[in-house]
Parts: sequence; C-alpha cells; structure tokens
Amino acid sequence: MRAQLRNHDQELFFFQRRLFVAAIVILSCFALLVGRFFYLQVIRNAHFTTLSESNRIDVQPEAPNRGIVTDRNGVVLASNYSAYTVELNPQQMVSVDATIEEIAKIVEVSPRDRRRFKKLLDEFRSAESLPLKSRLTDEEVARLAANRFRLPGVEIKARLFRQYPFGELASHVIGYIGRISPNEKTRIEQQGLTAEYKGSDYIGKAGIELSYERELHGVAGATEVEVDASRRVIRTLSRKPSIAGNNLQLSIDIRLQKIAEDAFGAKRGAMVAIEPATGDILAYVSRPGYDPNLFVDGIDPQSWDLLNNSPDKPMLNRPIQGGYPPGSTYKPFMALMALEMGVRTSAQTISDPGFFRLGGGYWRDDKAGGHGLVDLPKSIAVSCDTYYYLLAAELDVDEWSGFMRQFSFGQKTGLDISGELPGILPTREWKARRFPKDPKLHVGDQVSLGIGQGFNTFTPMQLANATAILANRGVAFKPHLVKRIEDPTTRQSRLTQPTPAYSIALKDAHIDAVKKGMAGVVTEGTGAAVFRGANYTSGGKTGTAQVFGLRGGEYVESQVSERLRDHAWYIVFAPLDAPKIALAVFVENGGFGAKSAAPIARKVLDSFFELQSADAKAVAAATPVGSGAGLAVATSISGAAKPNVAAVSPVATTNPVTGAAR
Amino acid sequence: MIARIWAKLTDHVDPFLFAVVATLTALGLLVLYSAANETMSRVVSQSQKVVVAMVIMMLIANLSPQFIARFGVPLYVMGIVLLLGVALGGEVIKGARRWLKIPGIGNIQPSEIMKIALPLVLAWYFERHEGAITWRNFIVAAILVAIPFALIVRQPDLGTALLVGACGFYLLFLAGLDWRIIVAGGVLFSGVFAAAWQFDWLHDYQKERITTAFNPSQDSQDAGWHTIQAAIAIGSGGLFGKGWLNGSQTHLEFLPEKHTDFIFAVYGEEFGLLGCLVLMLLYVLLIARCALIAVRASSVFGRLLAGTLTLMFFTYIFVNIGMVTGMLPVVGVPLPFISFGGTALMTLFIAVGILMSIATHRKLVGS
Repeated sequence: MRAQLRNHDQELFFFQRRLFVAAIVILSCFALLVGRFFYLQVIRNAHFTTLSESNRIDVQPEAPNRGIVTDRNGVVLASNYSAYTVELNPQQMVSVDATIEEIAKIVEVSPRDRRRFKKLLDEFRSAESLPLKSRLTDEEVARLAANRFRLPGVEIKARLFRQYPFGELASHVIGYIGRISPNEKTRIEQQGLTAEYKGSDYIGKAGIELSYERELHGVAGATEVEVDASRRVIRTLSRKPSIAGNNLQLSIDIRLQKIAEDAFGAKRGAMVAIEPATGDILAYVSRPGYDPNLFVDGIDPQSWDLLNNSPDKPMLNRPIQGGYPPGSTYKPFMALMALEMGVRTSAQTISDPGFFRLGGGYWRDDKAGGHGLVDLPKSIAVSCDTYYYLLAAELDVDEWSGFMRQFSFGQKTGLDISGELPGILPTREWKARRFPKDPKLHVGDQVSLGIGQGFNTFTPMQLANATAILANRGVAFKPHLVKRIEDPTTRQSRLTQPTPAYSIALKDAHIDAVKKGMAGVVTEGTGAAVFRGANYTSGGKTGTAQVFGLRGGEYVESQVSERLRDHAWYIVFAPLDAPKIALAVFVENGGFGAKSAAPIARKVLDSFFELQSADAKAVAAATPVGSGAGLAVATSISGAAKPNVAAVSPVATTNPVTGAAR
Repeated sequence: MIARIWAKLTDHVDPFLFAVVATLTALGLLVLYSAANETMSRVVSQSQKVVVAMVIMMLIANLSPQFIARFGVPLYVMGIVLLLGVALGGEVIKGARRWLKIPGIGNIQPSEIMKIALPLVLAWYFERHEGAITWRNFIVAAILVAIPFALIVRQPDLGTALLVGACGFYLLFLAGLDWRIIVAGGVLFSGVFAAAWQFDWLHDYQKERITTAFNPSQDSQDAGWHTIQAAIAIGSGGLFGKGWLNGSQTHLEFLPEKHTDFIFAVYGEEFGLLGCLVLMLLYVLLIARCALIAVRASSVFGRLLAGTLTLMFFTYIFVNIGMVTGMLPVVGVPLPFISFGGTALMTLFIAVGILMSIATHRKLVGS
C-alpha cells in the first residue's frame, strides 16, 4: 500500500512536471501572440490604419471641363462633347486580342480603331483604361452593357471629348490634345500638379491647347466615398467639385482665317495678319494644315505616318518654325534704318546702272539696265537692289543688326504658342561662331544681307510683326493669339496683352518716307498690278527669297524644279493712315513675290475691309445707341449660348484697347 | 420541482470555470452582433445553441468520471465507423469529403466526435494500465491515434487531422512518453511532412495555405486575401480599437469568415490591443483553471483527460489567433467560445462538462 502510494505520488509528480512543461509552452505561445498583437496594433498601427482607410475610402477623381476656345467673335473653335466609349483595361484580361474579337461580335470595331488601339497599347503599357471605340450609339451602349458580365476589364464610360468643328482650319493655331504620355506625366508630377490632373487623360500637345494648357485644363475635383469590399459605394464622405478650365477668346477672326486659307489653295506657305494697334493676330495660316480631330482619341498609325512623312510637312508650324531669307521685304526696314542712322535722306538719289561692283564682286540688279535715278521711296516702290547694295556696303553690320533686332528680326516674337524659332539675324560674332573656318563677315556677305538674302533667316511671324510695328509707327505690342481669358463660372475675363510691350524711337518723317515708298509699291511699283482697283489704301512690299544660289546665270522659273523655286513674300499694312491690319504672306517655292504672294494678301485685305464694313452695318442695325446689351453678350466667350456672330463681332473689335493705343 | 432539477443540474458546476466560460461566451455574442452587421438573427441562433450546450455541459458535469470513461471505447469505435462512412459515402463539399448525411439527424462531421473520443479512449486505456505502463502501451496508443488521423487526412482535412493528432499526442505526452521518442517522433514527423511536400502528397490548396501564411502578399486576391485583410483589421485597431460596431474592415465586408474562423479580427479591430489583452487574460484564466483541475484530479483518467482537454483549448486558441494574425497557416479552427457555429460550441461545452465532472467528483472518490 505504501509502495503503491509512493508510486501514486511519483506519478502525480511526474504528471505535474509534464504539465509544467506544457504550461511553459502555453505561456510562451501566448506571449508570442501578445507580441504579435503589439507588433500589429502598436508598431505597425499607422501602416495598417492607412491600408484600412484606403480599403474603406475610394477617391473618385472628377476631371474638369476643359476650357472652350472661340475666335474673336465668339465662334467656337474647340469645345467638348460627351460621348460613350468602350474602354479596355489590359491588366484585367487574359488576352487583349481575344477581348477585342469578343467586342467586335457585339459592336463594329473598324480596322482603324484596332490600329489606333494597338498604338495606344504600345505607348501606354501600364494604363488602366484605354479607349477602343468612342462615340458609341445608344444602341451600341445597350448591347455592350448587356454583355459586359462576360468581358472582364471592359468598361463603358461617358467621357468628354474635344472637338474642333473647323477641322483643318486654323489647326496650327488651336493645336490639339492627346493622351498624357509617360513623359508628360513625369512633368506633371515634377511641377506638383498631380492633384489637378487626377482623372485627366488628356493634355494639350500643340498650339493654343499646349501653350495655354494651364488655363484650359482646370483643376480636378474628387469625391471621397466609402466603399465595401466589392467596391460598391456605401456613402459619400466628401465632395470637392472640379474647377472648369478657363475659356479662351482668340484674337483671330475665323472668317478671315478661312478666306486666307482658301486663298492659298494647294500652295504651301504661311500668313500672319496682325492688328497693329493691339498685337492681336487676326489670321494665322500655316499650309498645309492637319485635322486636329484625328489626334483626340489617339491617332492611328497610318494617318500619323501620312502626316509625318509627307514632303509638304503639314505638321510644321511655318509662321514660327519656318526660317527663310526675307528677300526684298527687308528693304523698307533697311531704308528706315538708313534714315534713322543719318546715312541717307529721303530725297537723296543714287544712279542705278543695273549692277554694283565692289572689290572683285559683281551684283546684278533685278532690272537689266537699272532704274536710273532712285531716291528712297522709289527704291522701295521699284525694289531697286543697287540702292541697297550701296547702302549695305556702307553700314556696319553689327550696328544694323542692333536696329533690326528692335523689329524682332532674328528674335522670338514671343507669340503665345510654343515652338517658335528665333531665326538668324547675322552679326560678325554669329558668322565667326557659325563658320569657324571662314570667320570673317565679308563685305560681299553684307551686300547680300542688305537685300534680304544670304544668311538672313526670318520667320513669317517676324516679318508680320515687323510690318505691324512699322505700321504702328514704332509702338510694339507683343503679338498674341489669345486675346482674352475668361473664368467660365464667374464670367470674369482679362486681356492677355493690354499695354504696348515697348516702343522704338523713330522720327515721324522717316516713317512717312518709308510708308510713301510702300504706298508706291501698291500704286505704281511691284505690287501695282495686283492691287489695282482696291477701295482702300495700303503700303506693301514684295519679296523673293532665293532658295538656290545662281552663279552668274539667269534665274528662269520654269526651268527650276518646283521645290527649288524661289519663295515668294508680300508684306503689307492697310489703310495707309491708321492701319487696321498688317500682314506678311509667304509662299513656299512661290516664285516671284508679286505673282503668288501679293494676290493672297489682296484677297485677305479685300475681305478684311468687307467684313469690317458689314459688321459695322450689322451692329448699327442690331444695337440701338447707348444700349449695353451688345457688349454684355460680347464679353461672354461661352460657346453654349453663342450669340449671332455678325451682331457681336463689331463690338469685340472695337475694344477699349484699340481706342486707347493710338 | 424545477428548483430541484436546477439544483441538481448546477450541483457539479465549477463556479470559476463557469464564470470564465460564460464571460467568454457573452463576449462572443457581443462580437457576433457586430460581425453580423448589427442584426440579431445570428446572435439569437447562437444564444439558443449556447443554452443547449450549457445544459449538456451541466448534465455531463453530473456524471462521474468513471462513468464518462465507459463512453471512451464506444464513442471511439463509433467515430471510426463514421469516419469510414465518410470515406465511403460522405458528402463532398468544396472538394473535400468531410460530412456524413444521416437520415433524420442531418449532416454530421465525424472528425468533431474524434476530438473528444480520442482523448477519452486514450485516458481510459492508460488508466486501465495504471502503474504498469510500458512501451507496448504507447505503441497501442499511437495506433489508436494514427487510425483517425489517417482517415481525416484522407478526407482531406489536414487542419482537423493535426488537431486530433495533437490531442492524441498531448495525452501520450502527459502519460509520460519518453522525451527521446518525442524528439525522434518530431524529427520523423518533419521528415514525413517534408517528403509530403516534396512528392506532392499534399493537395494544392493545403500547400497554398501554408505558403501564403508566411507570405500573404504573394497572392493578395485569393488565399492571402483573408490573412491580409485580417491583419489590416487588427493592426488598424490600434491601442483601444475603433469601438464596438465601428470596425470598417468588418462592416464593409473586407473581412472574410468574420462570424466564424476570423471573428478574432473583428474583435481586434473594434477593441484594439486592450481588448486583445483582456481576451488573452480570460483564456489564461480558463487554461489555468483547467490545468488546476488536472493537477487536482484524483484518478489517472481524470488527470490525463483534463490535462489533454486543457491543451486542446490552448491549441484551438493559439492556432486560431495565430492564423488570424498571420503567424500560422489558415486552418479551419474556430476561436473557442467566440466563433459562431454549433458543432464546435457543442464539442467545447462537452469538454468543459467533462472538466467540471473531474473537478467536482474528486472528493467523492478521494474519500
């Protein structure tokens, strides 16, 4: 019994020891759990709280409405329309191709849509949603919606699309928008604009759409909603509405723009028309253009290749990116400079034998046998080369480039669209830098420069701006395409360029002498044939820029290949006193300036004055004297309630600045 | 009359143990109400089951351990027969054959019976050989463990098999299994497990559960989803929790299985670290009380059984919370007295009833 009892005690002791071991294991395991709680709930609490919040809260971005672009009379040039698109999320599908095939069974997917989508897919690999087909009809939407359950990653979305109702017209002014590229995304992030672009897929890529991106885009809004695990919205937590982008009123008159573009026909070239008293650009032509609508939902590769590889370079923004010698259009400015520098007087004459000799060099005048006795106005009117050969040989090129710089030659004019090139206003320093092997600017070079040939490389924009400054008697406004920026909600607007940028000190007599010469061009000189019968006065100048150096031989237009033909120029302002318009026409390989460029200028000027008088009549008929109604309508740029263009435009053209400037 | 029945019923209730279990159960109902998105139906259904389970617990507490011991062999045999029945004609749910449809009763899960039957038969067996236990007895016992283990593994239900196997092991351990054999067994078991892994004896979902337990973000949509969302829920609870009924993970359906196996995540989210520590304290009290009952037990049967049930409670708690907090693989183990579900509740209260029986019949035998 005792042995058994001891055995019993021993067993109990043994059991207790085992249980003790178990207790240690239990306690250490529980300690482990408590440690885990501590880790999760204290150390990593912030992390998990963030995760929990991002689980719970879904921020639904709301892309802002992009600003509307109108012409100076309120005609809509770029607007938005809402359309349904079918969009694919490549991440959520096994095979993109198979999904497209499935969709093609439900709605028509054109080969162009497919190509376009492939291109998008290549460019935006990691995108969450790419449009396959836009502008779905209601029926297509219904059919797709019914089949959506078996198409994972396919969504039907209502989106705002950009529309350019005039297509190719003014395409280089307006530009276009496109999907935000990875590079642009990085830039947005670097500029700290991520919040403003939440939910935005599109960004300005060219023209006004690009340079006024910040104004047009607006600020994204966001709705914070509470969602459950299946992303179903339970309730709205907060809503920050998006702020629509500002509307832009351009300075161009789309009617004039159309007339100008039509006047070019199939010709390549550029034209810029400026209102000298404001710097408003009334028309801005770059031919050929392109249809910006092609870019809106991603351009298909075929159209892209066509635009990019065309020898006509439709994507080149010629007025600011095309650099050409100005030819004889340079002469009025040379003449003005001679007067200002005191090396010539208006009445002082030279005798033109039809050629110019200096050192070993020989330069021909355009007219065989010469123009005889030539004073300054005549030198402009008949475009006497010899007059300027002489002048150029006398002057110091660095001094003269300093004068020309004031007229924006070889300088960026500061036009409010990007991509402007400065061109070249040659100086000694430039020559040395550009031609290290032949660093000296020879007097022969200078003689060529004097008639606007040689190294001179200016843009049509520069010529137009210089003409406007001349027409405005030295008072320079910064040329601009956007006249007014309007907040769409408050309807408050501001002018982009309300005051002159600078003014050049010029003697009135000198300006008058040059203007006299330019008036002579139209009445009796190189432009007389084209401008015969015009019911307005104007001062112009023809120009022909050499593409092809002819050594001694005669230039025979018909014998030179079309692409090597001279470029034609015409600059003009009208009317002579108090000019309302100044323009530069450039026709690529157009040959003689008077032949191809001047007729375009004539058409544009005729139409400009016709439109002016028609608008004046319309406003007289529509607005009783003293009524503010016309003004109230005109200040609103909104395209939604577009007022009668004819009734509005005169009010817009006679804005206070026009009156104040001069 | 009713008073007498009530007195009879409560006669063998261990007040301390009852208090702990009742507190846990009440807490469970509270959490369940939140997990059920503030609807009463699940809470009512669970409450009814709790009442039934408590009555059964009291009835069992009234039985003497010796009487309970007699159920060991029949229950075990019945369990094995039912497991064989499952293997031959069980209901296939989610790719596993775990349930047996018995006309008139409904679906039963025989592996659940084994959780009680196996310790019972082993404790009975070791008591029969009290004082003269040799290695032969351990071999017999090991076979008794191995048969249901193998049958449950085959279902396949690795989690339950391991739990049942663990119960068997605990009993052998408490009965004095040689440390050397334990170590050797551990090595052997790991070897078999490694081989099973290597030679694809495990089902894919089993492997996946194990791998995702250690790296949940690897597959955040499917298997890892549960673990990640549970960790987010608990972690975001912080020190004091988001407050009862305020857990966003819970109420916005981010938590899977939130009434049952993952209910601890709901608790952790709404009551925070403080709540978790309170819960752990309750469990420590439960286990301490059970361990005390085991130590004080007057017979080998009572001692081994009580000790094993104590360790079984611990295992459930540890495996469940370990799994919900992402430390252990996801196995279908409910959180004792908290999770929603009748079967597990019944098993637990039967176990508590047995413990109370052992606790309250001590003096009678001793004297």
